[in-house]
Amino acid sequence: METTTYNYKVIRQFAIMTIVWGIVGMLVGVIIASQLIWPELNFGVPWLSYGRLRPLHTNAVIFAFGGTALFATSYYIVQRTCQVRLYAEKLAAFTFWGWQAVIVAAAITLPLGYTTSHEYAELEWPIDILITLVWVAYAVVFFGTIIKRRTKYIYVSNWFFGAYILTIAILHIVNSAEIPVSMTKSYYVYSGVQDAMVQWWYGHNAVGFFLTTAFLGMMYYFIPKQAGRPIFSYRLSVVHFWSLNFIYMWAGPHHLQYTVLPDWTQSLGMVFSLMLLAPSWGGMMNGIMTLSGAWHKLRTDPILKFLVTALSFYGMSTFEGPMMSIKTVNALSHYTEWTIGHVHSGALGWVAMITIGSMYYLIPRLFGREEMYSVKLITLHFWVATIGVVFYIAAMWIAGVAQGLMWRASNPDGTLTYSFAQVLNAMYPFYTIRLLGGLMFFSGMLIMAYNVWRTVSAGRIVEAQIPQAVHA
Amino acid sequence: MSMAGTIGAIVTVVFFVIFVAIVLWAWSGRRKKDFDAAANLPFEEEDTPSRIPHKHD
Repeated sequence: METTTYNYKVIRQFAIMTIVWGIVGMLVGVIIASQLIWPELNFGVPWLSYGRLRPLHTNAVIFAFGGTALFATSYYIVQRTCQVRLYAEKLAAFTFWGWQAVIVAAAITLPLGYTTSHEYAELEWPIDILITLVWVAYAVVFFGTIIKRRTKYIYVSNWFFGAYILTIAILHIVNSAEIPVSMTKSYYVYSGVQDAMVQWWYGHNAVGFFLTTAFLGMMYYFIPKQAGRPIFSYRLSVVHFWSLNFIYMWAGPHHLQYTVLPDWTQSLGMVFSLMLLAPSWGGMMNGIMTLSGAWHKLRTDPILKFLVTALSFYGMSTFEGPMMSIKTVNALSHYTEWTIGHVHSGALGWVAMITIGSMYYLIPRLFGREEMYSVKLITLHFWVATIGVVFYIAAMWIAGVAQGLMWRASNPDGTLTYSFAQVLNAMYPFYTIRLLGGLMFFSGMLIMAYNVWRTVSAGRIVEAQIPQAVHA
Repeated sequence: MSMAGTIGAIVTVVFFVIFVAIVLWAWSGRRKKDFDAAANLPFEEEDTPSRIPHKHD
């Protein structure tokens, strides 16, 4: 009898924790944004210093919020499109508790100052090993479910999730090659420019495969479902998949323009980044055109608003990214607030919005409700979040360009026109607007938490039946 | 031409040929039926949450 229902338990656990970690991660973001305006906000406590909280923020939003959401949605989608119950359910339960343990370990060690000092890979080696174990278990559960599927075809979302699981495993293992010297300290086996190249090969593919490919898996399922029509072009989704995966792998060097990295490698990174525009926009158009003939739904359905706005931000940031990888643009934009604006256009606009929309779709179904407790609150969340993102990225664009121009300005005698402190001083108004935008996005998450709490407390635990008639 | 340049040229051509092959494969008429079936996978089952089917239907 165990095979007549889907495993919703592990999805429910991941879905609820997605909201929790979203709130935690964004709260830390709000705190560090405030610290940039009022440095005293660390209260002189080392644990609350900006340098320690910043990696906590990035790890919490990417791996805790984003990662947990990906577990929830990939387990849901793989079961429903393969029409089988999850493979190796004990391992699936291990991925939940293991991943939560990784997050808690990160939340303890990062403020204590334990770090490998590699961006987005700060966690020390014992946690790296736990991540590896969880990830192998994830791969077994996911690919095992695909192997025992009852459908003839593997739906495109599962291809995207599969590529993400496989690539993240490779990235994590290669970029975690460290020699431990104690429980809390290790040294990388790579050094110098090789270390930098491996790090940004990892770093950019974390963006490419964790924050893009995987969330496209969400997009390819939840947009068709919420719009009530199949994806605009399945053919285009296939080409989107292969070209995105082929090209992303090579874009990493654009993080190292004008460094000691060989010049040809920098140019290679730039060219591949420019090429990425094509598959990215192909995928975006594919998602948006799915609504053709159903545009009226956008007026009334806030979940669809979230999903489609996410795609618009995906289009914006995948245009901005290639542009910023051009060496001459990069000379102005790199190390400025523009980069922060670009990242948040992707992270808040694309990743968080597609996740939020997917969760509003998922949570009622996991708890036996027709829809969320309040659709009006979803609409309110949508507007608060959207205006928040716009404030955030507009402020960072202006700040970044101003910063870049002020840094490069020089007097006729060759001295710099502005001191570092003068440039910093010019940033304050924009930091304040950014904080406002961040606060709005954060309060949207609180509205969501209330809505979810009311939905869940009025709902019940459901076990969804697997359809018995199989359509090949 | 240097060794790295030659390899680079070969890789570029191979990648381009693979890309063209994927596009041709995806747009070939024979794939249409399979792709339509795959595209409809999310719609093959009812997932309104409150409706739990009876055991014998």
